[in-house]
Amino acid sequence: MKKAKRSKIVSYNKWGYIFLIPFVVVYLVFQLIPLFSTIYNSFFENYRSGLKQIGPNFVGFENYRTILTNGDLLTYTKNTLIMWGLGVVPQIIISLLLGAWFTDPSLRLKFQRFFKTVIYLPNLIMASAFSMLFFTLFADSGPINSILMQMGIISQPYTFMSHVWSVRFLVAFLNFIMWFGNTTILLMAGMMGIDISLFEAAQVDGARAGQVFFRITVPLLKPILVYVFVTSLIGGLQMFDVPQILTDGTGDPMRSSMTLIMYLNKHLYSKNFGMGGALSVFLFIITGILSMIVYRFATGKKED
Amino acid sequence: MNAEYMKEESGANVHVRRAIAYTVLVVISFLCLFWFYILIINATRSKGELTQGFIPFPSSHLLDNWKGLISGTLPVWKGLRNSLGIALCSAALSTYFSAMTAYAIHVYDFKLKKFMFTFILMIMMIPTQVTALGFLQLIGKMKLDDSFIPLIIPSIAAPAVFFYMKQYMESTLPMALVEAARIDGAGEFRTFNGIVIPLMKPAIAVQAIFTFVASWNNYFTPALVLHTDTKKTLPILIAQLRSADWLKFDMGQVYVMIAFSIFPVVVMYLILSKYIVAGVALGSVKG
Repeated sequence: MKKAKRSKIVSYNKWGYIFLIPFVVVYLVFQLIPLFSTIYNSFFENYRSGLKQIGPNFVGFENYRTILTNGDLLTYTKNTLIMWGLGVVPQIIISLLLGAWFTDPSLRLKFQRFFKTVIYLPNLIMASAFSMLFFTLFADSGPINSILMQMGIISQPYTFMSHVWSVRFLVAFLNFIMWFGNTTILLMAGMMGIDISLFEAAQVDGARAGQVFFRITVPLLKPILVYVFVTSLIGGLQMFDVPQILTDGTGDPMRSSMTLIMYLNKHLYSKNFGMGGALSVFLFIITGILSMIVYRFATGKKED
Repeated sequence: MNAEYMKEESGANVHVRRAIAYTVLVVISFLCLFWFYILIINATRSKGELTQGFIPFPSSHLLDNWKGLISGTLPVWKGLRNSLGIALCSAALSTYFSAMTAYAIHVYDFKLKKFMFTFILMIMMIPTQVTALGFLQLIGKMKLDDSFIPLIIPSIAAPAVFFYMKQYMESTLPMALVEAARIDGAGEFRTFNGIVIPLMKPAIAVQAIFTFVASWNNYFTPALVLHTDTKKTLPILIAQLRSADWLKFDMGQVYVMIAFSIFPVVVMYLILSKYIVAGVALGSVKG
């Protein structure tokens, strides 16, 4: 009897493995094997020079030495981080403000649903279409120049696409507009989880709104803020669609808006698998480290 | 007296703060919507009108621009069909199989359960870009280059969708229900399809929307996989528009094309915004 019962349990639990098969097989084939072959490729010299195919020849860590010493990696990492940073700072500030206002019962803001719908909308817009739209709007003879001239702010069209910082700001602005709604909703969920009695106690003690915000809301949100910040950094390192479409893949002016993934994309198109592999491994290691941080927060392992 | 003074001050304070909040919200909403306003206005203008500078009122050439676009060189209808097909298949496969994976981890006890759960959480953040190189080589060897399959099948293994389903199951699927089905003699597979999937409908709907949108908007992988013009998806066509000698292009048609590729998602969002916004909050990891 006992034996039969146990075998019954076992026979149920084998279904756990059966139901996992689709995920495991697909993950293995389309993610894990490609990951290993990417790493494998990074140790080979393998590219096309004109019509001639060079390699694949085993070169050890030569590709890594090349990407680390020729300066490109540093430049593109810097570009990526600058454009990410320019977007993420206003993103977190605005999201914190909006989240605090939406959840503040004493403000009783109206039209909340309308505002929430509007601020989340850009997140769903196709990034490539949004960038193409910005490219046409900010073109030399585009509507933005036209409006600025009609208003008398400028007399000559401003060539947004040929100045380093205007391109970077446009990329950062697009990233900001596309992501602050998402961040606001995440932070609001966190703010609504804060014990309401803390706010009441602060009010009884005569704390001002600013004090409540900086002394109660922000410190208690720290774990979520770190989570938002790190996931945003992981997303930022993957920045591709916006600068790619905006600059037609060139990262111009003078590659100042070329990101890491645009660089990878270039290697993939030109079939330079050795360098592409080394770059992929570099990105994999960085995102791996960042993911570990997110994982610690997501599973709620508190350090302090 | 002191208390009264404080109350008065905080009352005025609330009015000031409310005014600031509304001002910022209006400015922010403007920054979100202004671009689309210009997009819609300019989509109604003819090539000639567009060169005369921006006028904030619509004109009457929307239909002409549309006709010009679909009779032009860009295969927009094919692009729409391809995008739609890939996105719908991805959404269906991703939600169904993620629910299945979550069910395996949630309901059964087996040796590798804890390991699998940890593993899936760990790989959640790894971007597809870093494995793209091996992925392209692999699909080349599998003769799947320039095919939709490598854009659809991988969505079966979607860690983020899995995580959402798992969380949803924890709050809505009691083990007693599964046991009751077993006592009634239902097979494990039938229990999953007949009882669990219907129960998961709200979660499946939310994640189907997100997967659909992500696939619809995806540019990086499709651009590397698809080469034939008639197989290309809308984001690739947009990129093609960008790299074409766009000065020769009819700008009115460019605006119509951009509007055309974001229109389906915007309509879907306006109908379902309530559920989508709630879904984002639900999917967030609580710190």
